[in-house]
Amino acid sequence: MPTIGLFIPCYVDQLFPKVGLATLDLLESLGQTVEFPAAQTCCGQPMANTGCVNDARPLARRFLEIFQPYDYVVAPSGSCVAMVRHHYEELLHGEPGFEELKAKTFELCEFLTDVLKIEKLPGRFPHRVGLHQSCHGLRELRLGSCSEVMGPQFSKVKQVLQMIEGIEFVPLTRPDECCGFGGTFAVSEEAVSCLMGEDRVADHEQAGAEVLTANDMSCLMHLDGIIRRQKKPIRVLHVAEILSGSAT
Amino acid sequence: MSPSHSTLADGFIKDKERARWHDQTLWFVRHKRDLAAKSLPEWEDLRVAASAIKMHTQQQLADYLELFERQATKLGAKVHWAADAAEHNRIVLEILQSHGVTRLVKSKSMLTEECHLNPHLEKHGIEVIDSDLGERIVQMQGMPPSHIVLPAIHLKKQDIGELFHRELHTEAGASDPKYLAEAARQHLRDKFMRAQAGLTGVNFGIAETGGIVICTNEGNADLGVSLPKLHIACMGIEKLIPRAKDLGVFLRLLARSATGQPITTYSSHFHGPRAGGELHIVLVDNGRSQIRASSDYRRSLNCIRCGACMNTCPVYRRSGGYSYNSTVPGPIGSILSPAMDSAKHYSLPFACSLCGSCTDVCPVKIDLHHQLLTWRGEIGKRNQLPLDKKYGMKLARLVLGTSWLYRLSGWLARKIVPRLPRWMIYNRLNPWGKQRELPMFPAQSFREQLKDRQQHKPQPKSQTSSSHGQS
Repeated sequence: MPTIGLFIPCYVDQLFPKVGLATLDLLESLGQTVEFPAAQTCCGQPMANTGCVNDARPLARRFLEIFQPYDYVVAPSGSCVAMVRHHYEELLHGEPGFEELKAKTFELCEFLTDVLKIEKLPGRFPHRVGLHQSCHGLRELRLGSCSEVMGPQFSKVKQVLQMIEGIEFVPLTRPDECCGFGGTFAVSEEAVSCLMGEDRVADHEQAGAEVLTANDMSCLMHLDGIIRRQKKPIRVLHVAEILSGSAT
Repeated sequence: MSPSHSTLADGFIKDKERARWHDQTLWFVRHKRDLAAKSLPEWEDLRVAASAIKMHTQQQLADYLELFERQATKLGAKVHWAADAAEHNRIVLEILQSHGVTRLVKSKSMLTEECHLNPHLEKHGIEVIDSDLGERIVQMQGMPPSHIVLPAIHLKKQDIGELFHRELHTEAGASDPKYLAEAARQHLRDKFMRAQAGLTGVNFGIAETGGIVICTNEGNADLGVSLPKLHIACMGIEKLIPRAKDLGVFLRLLARSATGQPITTYSSHFHGPRAGGELHIVLVDNGRSQIRASSDYRRSLNCIRCGACMNTCPVYRRSGGYSYNSTVPGPIGSILSPAMDSAKHYSLPFACSLCGSCTDVCPVKIDLHHQLLTWRGEIGKRNQLPLDKKYGMKLARLVLGTSWLYRLSGWLARKIVPRLPRWMIYNRLNPWGKQRELPMFPAQSFREQLKDRQQHKPQPKSQTSSSHGQS
């Protein structure tokens, strides 16, 4: 039986434990052997995205060391997985085990569709849901087709969400526009970031979403911050919470 | 130090309604582009072909430039070479002065904006009239274009009505686009008639034939160079394509990407000077060779200046072109501008949420958002990061790189923050909290809850991991 190393992004560990637990529960309910290597902290994305490559490198090395023993690495975050798969190159090029790490690291939904190839899930979630397609999952990991590129339409996140009974997706006018989080961008470009977030929330609101979901908690943290400040009647849930049945 | 993008964007967004209007106006163009791209089943193949042609041309640029010069000269054009903006401006001025020109009509050229040609010529007593309507509007305002294809897209028709009332004596309060366009037409017609020379940019230079191609929607380039006998065409060396038959690939991509049109209204070909006239082609480097020499940024020279990356960029749409404080704004400008002067443009690679939409929309497949990320690292290496970013990330490395410190910091934050009075959390030191709430801090982290589960739940019956119990 292969063992999954559960990669829980630092801010999910510290601020959104429910999402980590939902991910673990979901994988275990599908019969998977999962371990959470407790030595993990952060993949180094905040530093790398801010241009501090040398500050990101030791974290990348540490990540490689911690997750090397596992058959798969699975995380409930497209963005952190994109960091490992696409942006560790500059930090870990040529290091033993790095190529394997890249190949075995998966975002949760793509692990379900591409590795486990699941076809059904037991949950029920009778709500109107707006799916926010987080950019790194979409355009780095290609978890779905994006509106800029011509070709067949697909979405791995939607594919698994659709297995949940009763779920209803609301139509958005801009189905894959960025929410404006962008890591340190959310702080260093506060004005633009918040206007982007407000517009994103407004799109879900006009579509009649009760729940706004995504496969990246960072986007949701930003959007939820705006929703709560403006007291909008929308709640945010990570995809894992819906899939694991921990949200009703 | 020049103001950062975020400072200027802040100013633009103060008028939120206007920022939203700007966003929606450009999204409309982006949407038109999607429909136009969708109408061609071979869209993605065209992008691949265009990218391959550009990369091939770059690989043999010196040869193609020489071929172009030979062929253009054969056709009767005079080819000049300019290493930088100053040399470009000097060459243009010399040509104009040697012909006694005091009145010049220009069609839109971002290259001459980049070289700041207008003020240089004006300083030497030459009247320069920009003939593209949008460009003429911003010229009247004493401003540069805010977008490379739609120079005055940031202005509402009421703004233009006011400007024309002041400058062209149209009726006060008139903002009917038809009426204003007619006023501009009459005004420009007079300028065209009196011009002694025409200056244009170049969209494509064809090495094989020595011809140049200029795309406009208003026909202003044609009129500008058809009335006077002297035509000066200013061309960045990256505008070259090898063969005439390559042109179709680019013309199909350019207009669709730029405005959602199947083709620009006028795609004008100039092969040598008109009968009895002169055609001068100025080939300009101005930093392009340096970009070409860099494997990280070489692809940015594929750019055909369609502006699609601006229209799709959620940051550009909401912060306006002027917030970039550089000739070419938006994603592509944020790569090209730091290449010219990274100390001045240090903030531009950060004016981006790394959403990647620009990369996917780009008709010549420039990996824009990856190059922006690479630029961030370069700005870091050159020690041009603002101190809060630099030291903030050093602190983050220390905390996140030390397991116990990471756990302790998280624990402290979860214990302390929820107990603090609101004013201590939501103040000017906390940019996150200006318009957003902080997350609801949980009592325990994921790892703490997992540990509790392990201790309080029965051990698994079958095989499972060592570090947690069955849920």
